[in-house]
Amino acid sequence: MDQSTASGGQTVGPGLALPSKLIKIVGVLTSLLLTFIGLTAITFVIGRVMPADPVLAIVGDRASQEVYDQVFLQLGLDKPIYVQYFRYLSQLVEGDLGTSIMTAQPVAEDILRFFPATLELATIATLLGIFVGIPMGVLAAVHQGRWQDHIVRVIGLIGYSAPIFWLGMVALLIFYAKLDWVAGPGRLDVFYDGIVEPVTGVLLIDAALSRDWEIFHNALSHLILPASILGTFALAYIARMTRSFMLDQLSQEYILTARVKGIPEWNVIWNHAFRNVLVQLITIIGLTYASLLEGSVLTETVFSWPGIGQYITNSLFNNDMNAVLGGTIVVGVCFVGINMLSDLLYRLVDPRVR
Amino acid sequence: MTKLKKILITFTTLAAFIMGPSHAATPGNTFVMAKDIADIITMDPAEVFELTTGEITANIYDKIMMFEPEDLQTLVGGVAESWDISNGGKTITFKIRPGLKFHSGNPVRAEDVAWSLQRVVKLNKTPAFIITQFGWTADNVDALVKATDASHVQITITEDFSPGLVLNAMSAGVASVVDKKLVMSHEKDGDLGYDWLKSKSAGSGAFSLKTWKANELVTLEANAGYRHGAPGMKRVILRHVSEPSSQRLLLEKADVDMARNLTPDQVKGIQGNSDIAIDGHPKGTIVYMAANASHPILGKAKVVQALRNLVDYESMANSFLAGQFVVHQAFWPGGLWAALETTPYKQDVAKAKSLLAEAGHADGFELTIHTLTNSPFPEIAQAVQANLAKGGIKANIVTLEGKTLWPKYRAREHDIILARWSPDYVDPHSNADAFAHNPDNRLEAKLTGVLAWRNAWADDASNALAVKARNELDLDKRKKQYLDLQAMLQTKGPFVIMFQQNEQIARRKNLKGFVSGSNFDLVFYRNVSKN
Repeated sequence: MDQSTASGGQTVGPGLALPSKLIKIVGVLTSLLLTFIGLTAITFVIGRVMPADPVLAIVGDRASQEVYDQVFLQLGLDKPIYVQYFRYLSQLVEGDLGTSIMTAQPVAEDILRFFPATLELATIATLLGIFVGIPMGVLAAVHQGRWQDHIVRVIGLIGYSAPIFWLGMVALLIFYAKLDWVAGPGRLDVFYDGIVEPVTGVLLIDAALSRDWEIFHNALSHLILPASILGTFALAYIARMTRSFMLDQLSQEYILTARVKGIPEWNVIWNHAFRNVLVQLITIIGLTYASLLEGSVLTETVFSWPGIGQYITNSLFNNDMNAVLGGTIVVGVCFVGINMLSDLLYRLVDPRVR
Repeated sequence: MTKLKKILITFTTLAAFIMGPSHAATPGNTFVMAKDIADIITMDPAEVFELTTGEITANIYDKIMMFEPEDLQTLVGGVAESWDISNGGKTITFKIRPGLKFHSGNPVRAEDVAWSLQRVVKLNKTPAFIITQFGWTADNVDALVKATDASHVQITITEDFSPGLVLNAMSAGVASVVDKKLVMSHEKDGDLGYDWLKSKSAGSGAFSLKTWKANELVTLEANAGYRHGAPGMKRVILRHVSEPSSQRLLLEKADVDMARNLTPDQVKGIQGNSDIAIDGHPKGTIVYMAANASHPILGKAKVVQALRNLVDYESMANSFLAGQFVVHQAFWPGGLWAALETTPYKQDVAKAKSLLAEAGHADGFELTIHTLTNSPFPEIAQAVQANLAKGGIKANIVTLEGKTLWPKYRAREHDIILARWSPDYVDPHSNADAFAHNPDNRLEAKLTGVLAWRNAWADDASNALAVKARNELDLDKRKKQYLDLQAMLQTKGPFVIMFQQNEQIARRKNLKGFVSGSNFDLVFYRNVSKN
């Protein structure tokens, strides 16, 4: 019997492992390519069949027919939709995402400006979700049915069901307007704008790199409230799922065995039960982070946060298809990237997956 | 130290670092306003036609003729020091003020003035019609608009237009004087600097554009050498805040000096604050309903007249529109030269029913009202729906974003539209041309910029009077003709003109001198000062 056929490429000698790995990589790359072609094609078609008129987004409703026709031709809208799409794809291959109607800037430049703002917000929100949500979920599971569990469930319910727009306004009113603990809407006080040289686009990092702690403090003060509001959603979701996974594990026989053996309770919880929910939690955290990276339009609106969510939404309303497609590609990359990262983390935390 | 104590200390230190007032009130030399500036798509005065950029470029560029903040009623020379009308009103020669300089330091020359107009015609962007209506085309504009020497510019029109109208049009955004030398140094592939000027400035006005970060902020810097003297503020910042509630909070905390987009409820709520003043600024924006004349029922004059009698204007103006809109029933906004201020209509259900009966629709009928999604249009549409029901008319409401609504309107695919209109420049011809003048009503004529055409309505008497007033040389006669034309359209035609906007702006009381005139490009920052 041919060994490689019987046991697969991973277990055979080094001579055969390389082609197998190559095939895997080619397979992944092909699926990535197909994903992006599908993503751009669907977005492109939806944009073109929407009743909104991309020409009027540029010329305004008062334009004469002559001006309208001129721009219609300039945009290539007289061509069949597949020709328009392939033209877009050919530009994309050359790294040209086109120019945005709404900002008059290349879409790539816009994304470099708007995406770091969302990245900053989503990362802090997700970290909050992880570092507060997981202990809360574990606490609730360990104390199932008792007051600790009820509190965590109520917090989870609020975080999950309270309209984020309302939550944001109330938080602004309390912590910004009344208590004066944090800075208000916006990413930075306008007087600090342009002082720090943008390196990464993430203000906290850029301010730290330039050792401008005043701006760092100001940026952090602007960030903490929207990140917390967005974090409540992440926190609620992660806490609920952690509780659910932990309850499942804590009812297993191996936990009973560990307790009977006299292993300390914290060891049973964190080293035995929790380690077994990590793989599932990584999936949940990855999905949460990816969804936050899409940009939370409502949070960005309430806090005047110039993020990718607002950018894509505004562009969509104005039929600014280059910007919508550019934004969609970024979101796609985030999802794919985070999925790949999750896969890698599975291997780290679970030897069975290796 | 226990683990818990360590965590608590770390947390408290971190919280102390993050919290606490990290922001300061706006500096004394900077004017910061919160405004929804998402409508900005270009800074090029040859293309600017949006409300925010109309306002911004008015502060960056001096135009050939201008309305100055000190007197918004009188048209005076901007870059032009004086002007001379000849050739039976068809030629105007402008003498350019000596010693003017652009922000770049380049002198303002007659050549720059002529080139700025030529550029608008050649680029032919949306607002170009304001001057191409004079008969200027890309082929003839170099001959018809020219610098005759270092300090004189001569413009000649080929169509019959009143010179008064031409001078008014020279105060529109398209008559902004652009620094030719600077712009042409950035020209690419014969684009007349279009690509560059979209996000930069090259003017000689009170401010220059320092930064435009789309959906974030616009920063203007004072021109210390401005011909009227240095502006009161060193810097003006328009900060993008799309949510009105956030604007209110920022204003109350003095993080901005002015909030531009508060809703009536927020204005009401903020009125008790002793640090904040609310100013009303009558604007040129009017709200109207229009009936598609190609509709078998709405095409009847008596039906439209019945609609005029069914609407309860006062009730709306005194309730949900209070403070933000006033009743106005003529196509040219009140407060402007030649405006008809009469309001002949109020709700009269009996009269409306009788008109409907005369038109053969005593039992009423069903129609659809298309309107915009943003406030106050859905609210007005609902009130109108209730009003029309009193006459037996069942109105269905469809709300759409502008980008979806306008294509329908331009294709005559509506029954009734509820929308707004504001003048393109301060001359009654601007609105008369849209409401009262439809020279070719055929569908294939595609006069999509003309409201009368969009509503499939044309009338010989209205057309003739609009043209007569447009061409009239005598100012008093011209005024009378526009008054007659407005009165005519109050009784015939597809329009039910309802309200005029009164913009409510909330500001910190220590800020003074902000001027907001009737038109979108008559907003001035240069006299703003702070105590």
